[in-house]
Amino acid sequence: MNRSTIDLWVGIFVAAGFAALLFLALKAGNLATFSTAQSYQVQAKFANIGGLKVRAPVKSAGVVVGRIADIRFDTESYEAVVSMSLEERYKFPRDTTAKILTSGILGEQYVGLEAGGDGVMLKSGDRVRLTQSAVVLENLISQFLFNKAAEGKDEKK
Amino acid sequence: MNTAQLRARIERLGGNMTAHVWRLGYASRFLFYLVLHSGTALRRFRLTMKEIYFAGVLSLVIILVSGLFVGMVLALQGYETLQRFGASESLGVLVALSLVRELGPVVAGLLFASRAGSAITAEIGLMKATEQLSAMEMMAVDPVARVVAPRFWGGVISMPLLAALFSAMGIFGGYLVGVQLIGVDAGAFWSQMQAAVEWNKDIANGVIKSVVFGIAVTWIAVFEGYDAVPTAEGVSRATTRTVVFSSLAILALDFVLTALMFTGGNGG
Repeated sequence: MNRSTIDLWVGIFVAAGFAALLFLALKAGNLATFSTAQSYQVQAKFANIGGLKVRAPVKSAGVVVGRIADIRFDTESYEAVVSMSLEERYKFPRDTTAKILTSGILGEQYVGLEAGGDGVMLKSGDRVRLTQSAVVLENLISQFLFNKAAEGKDEKK
Repeated sequence: MNTAQLRARIERLGGNMTAHVWRLGYASRFLFYLVLHSGTALRRFRLTMKEIYFAGVLSLVIILVSGLFVGMVLALQGYETLQRFGASESLGVLVALSLVRELGPVVAGLLFASRAGSAITAEIGLMKATEQLSAMEMMAVDPVARVVAPRFWGGVISMPLLAALFSAMGIFGGYLVGVQLIGVDAGAFWSQMQAAVEWNKDIANGVIKSVVFGIAVTWIAVFEGYDAVPTAEGVSRATTRTVVFSSLAILALDFVLTALMFTGGNGG
């Protein structure tokens, strides 16, 4: 084995190694979706965010239009402040509603945007006023049980 | 009489412990000296290149084939469990995360230790046994700079690349079995994988792991070779020790690194 052949093989090996890393980053990881597009930040306050996580998708009509950039707790209003970074090409009216929804029964939670009818569009740094919190299973069950109990009383009377 | 025996035993135990600690200190000093004197290896990069060829390129076949099969087995076993919960679409996540985070660096490291680490030890040990290293010293050539450092850097450079190739090949194997053979939806396989695997958390940490394993394995290999008793038996013992110690080092380091990397925050 002379030296130029070794060089060739080492070259192939190193190139293949970096190609594998690139494959992992692009095909298996989410480097490609890592906001290469221009984006603008919008905030929303929720009474309860449930299991929402940073980097969860923001969808409108089922299409991913952005990602959750940051989740903070506001000590003044005791609410969660969720920052979303939306893609620049998707503009939403100022009276858009933000809801925390769940994909499937056990799926991950995401923010769903429903466009309103206002002519003025949301700008970077704006806040979405109309929000709907995540549905917490325990609250749902207790509501259901209270309703049942109330029905039972009515029937007795 | 009995106390004398007991005393001898305790003395032997203490002696063994001291010998191990002494060896660890010597190994650390050796690593320090090696890094300081690796100028030659980096200036005359041809030497290191040759070692990358021996440690990396010649390990390619075993790494690629094992990666493929590990990925295929992961997909089979993962599908078996996931479909009980009706979550067979998450197969891609399972395969990719377990490969990138754990199996890629660890299994590639173990294979690297037994394939390349043992070869490095045997080669350096045999050079010592046949007094080639002493001959170099006679010619005022530092054997650490000329023989040990290129092998060390060749191993350190090769290991992360091998681990990345292992992971990529494993994901391809998982795709072959999961999508082509079992029939999991290809779109769900890739998109769920992309949603779950984070390049800065999972992939970068996997690369850090493989770099650490590469340093540990090659360090142990070159040190055992350099420190081998210069006889046939001594070299064979050193080779065995390389494989045993580097396997243990990989598994122990993996635990420490995983504890540091993946248990910190859960904000991801």
